Amino acid sequence: MSTLHSKAAQRFLETNKNARWHDDTFWVLRAKRDVMAHELDEWERLRDVACAIKRHTVTHLDRYLEQFVGNAERNGIHVHWAKDAEEFNQTVLSMLRKQGVKKMVKSKSMLTEECGMNPYLESHGIDVVETDLGERILQLMHKRPCHIVVPAVHITQEEVGHLFEEKLGSEKGNYDPTYLTYQARLSLRDEFMTAGAGMTGANFGVAETGDVVVCTNEGNADMSTSMPKLQIVAMGLEKIVPDYKSLAVFQRLLCRAATGQPTTSFTSHFRKARPGAEMHIILVDNGRTDIIGEPEHWETLKCIRCGSCMNTCPVYRRSGGYSYTYFIPGPIGINLGMLKDKVRYADNVSACTLCCSCDNVCPVKVNLSEQIYCWRQGLDSIGKADLVKKSMSLGMKYLFNHPQMYDTALKFAPITNHLPHVLMYNKLNGWGYGHEMPVFKKQPFHEIARNILKDEDKKGNI
Amino acid sequence: MKIGLFIPCYVDALYPEVGVAAYKLLKHLQLDVTYPMNQTCCGQPMANAGFEREAVSLAGRYEDMFQTFDYVVAPSASCTAFVRFNYPRLMKGKQRCEAAEKTMDICEFLHDVLRVTSLPGKFPHKVSLHNSCHGVRELGLSSPSECNMPKFNKIKDLLSLVEGITVVEPERVDECCGFGGMFSIEEPAVSTRMGTDKLERHIDTGAEFITGPDSSCLMHLEGVARRLKKDIKFIHVVQILAAGL
Ligand code: SF4
Ligand code: SF4
Repeated sequence: MSTLHSKAAQRFLETNKNARWHDDTFWVLRAKRDVMAHELDEWERLRDVACAIKRHTVTHLDRYLEQFVGNAERNGIHVHWAKDAEEFNQTVLSMLRKQGVKKMVKSKSMLTEECGMNPYLESHGIDVVETDLGERILQLMHKRPCHIVVPAVHITQEEVGHLFEEKLGSEKGNYDPTYLTYQARLSLRDEFMTAGAGMTGANFGVAETGDVVVCTNEGNADMSTSMPKLQIVAMGLEKIVPDYKSLAVFQRLLCRAATGQPTTSFTSHFRKARPGAEMHIILVDNGRTDIIGEPEHWETLKCIRCGSCMNTCPVYRRSGGYSYTYFIPGPIGINLGMLKDKVRYADNVSACTLCCSCDNVCPVKVNLSEQIYCWRQGLDSIGKADLVKKSMSLGMKYLFNHPQMYDTALKFAPITNHLPHVLMYNKLNGWGYGHEMPVFKKQPFHEIARNILKDEDKKGNI
Repeated sequence: MKIGLFIPCYVDALYPEVGVAAYKLLKHLQLDVTYPMNQTCCGQPMANAGFEREAVSLAGRYEDMFQTFDYVVAPSASCTAFVRFNYPRLMKGKQRCEAAEKTMDICEFLHDVLRVTSLPGKFPHKVSLHNSCHGVRELGLSSPSECNMPKFNKIKDLLSLVEGITVVEPERVDECCGFGGMFSIEEPAVSTRMGTDKLERHIDTGAEFITGPDSSCLMHLEGVARRLKKDIKFIHVVQILAAGL
């Protein structure tokens, strides 16, 4: 009865020679984040404030969205609404068709991933080119991201070298990262020059000014929007922040939490179209307003997609992004997957020891582990509970509610010490995978206590 | 001060010596200690596996059993955290959870309530301290490595009162060991890898013993150690604190 995550994780650990490297690499990101967090005296206060701002904004979203849209439109931006992925994809396609665009360059956006935009556009004859280096590598390999901030971190230099030899005609056997980056840059430059449209995601939308704010390390969002005449922003409803003052709080937290840098290399504000160009924003719901109504899970909407909960998660680090069945892995992905479709993505809920580390690193204090705990409570009602765990839990309940039975069970427990290995290490008992069985003592504390109490009684102590 | 001693089920069955050490230590500190005989389990194993409702009746029994004490003390950080933070929610609208609110892990109790400044025993060994997740991140037994706050460690403070002891900590000082209750059964590969990594980091300190406030983590690590035939000993913190009694 192991979950898909459990099986995929086992495969990852048993077959991937980079498994240890994977754990170490993400631990380094976590450690860098720690340095940043410990350098800022006001770090924990910043997190409190960021959490409060997000709570406020999410619960007053109508007001801020209205303000944002009003300001954006005053700045000459065309604003569109998409209720779901399908409507979003169609809006983009019709926009591109209207302008006769055949090729679109884009910077990284988890929202377009969520909506399955690239395959949709490609099936309609549009060439979509990812310009974030990691995303580009994955696109050329036909792979999906394994992390939301460093999507291709699991691909080795050699693999990139081979890929570029084949796809970009780079020198054979040259795996030098600087050289490979240069090759990617050369090829992307062509794409920037010839694309008819440029798309970015959005890290923040500032209600007070109508700005769209995009944070990148490669400057590719700026390149994507500097050449083409059509600029499209794909933005989830929850990306709104009230004003510049609140933006400053997130700006200080985002990159420190994500990669352990004080800030991203580029923080670009897009407020209006360039002369002679058009700028469009598509505001996407795709289930977000439903989440606001979930009393136990609405706080996932505070997430600013920094990825630090993944970096710290001991299970993510040791199982890799592909072991999760939802496209966003790790602690936040477990939760977002369940919110998307709790039957389909229930297999990720096992990927958590409830260690609470993700709660402590999250810059906006999403209560990730508590929510995972909560999802587990609901698995039985949707027929997704593990039967072994269920029968164990029911058995335990019975035993623990009947002290006499419990006493008897403890008396017999030492017998299990002598059961042959085959019985103890059967398929149902995952414990036997990497553990020896604990040894039941001849006399449980219960009996010892009874004797102590008897002795003391004799001495007249009680 | 009336103390109710809570000995969680797995300590009862597998580590009775931990219960004995807790009892002796509290007695030595001149407390009025009682062990209610009808106790069994706090319900955490079921709840973390997704069967929290099976723990509700246990919460009710716990309340009835321990209500009249000034404090309920348990040699288990994880069970303490479960009782203190989850019972009030489980019993909402049914029963007040006075006993749950008064429940403390024994290290917390010694450090924060009794504020012990001396202990009788000796333990001339090098021990590697296992800072278990719920002790660190729920009970605040030490400052979590993720948080920007002044560093402290209540268990280390207590252990340093024992004569002759050398206390060290592993690299990645409070990373999870991968037990997680039923997690170890449902995700055996990840659990074992985490346990192995943790074990190796403890061994790398050169310690003779691994010690911690949770027998559950120690049971997991010991299970892995025995499978891998690693030579290191395990001991609960309270057994060291009660050394010589
Ligand atoms: S609480 Fe669960 S999801 Fe969060 S870091 Fe720990 S194991 Fe990962
Ligand atoms: S949940 Fe928090 S830590 Fe995880 S990606 Fe979102 S903001 Fe970052």
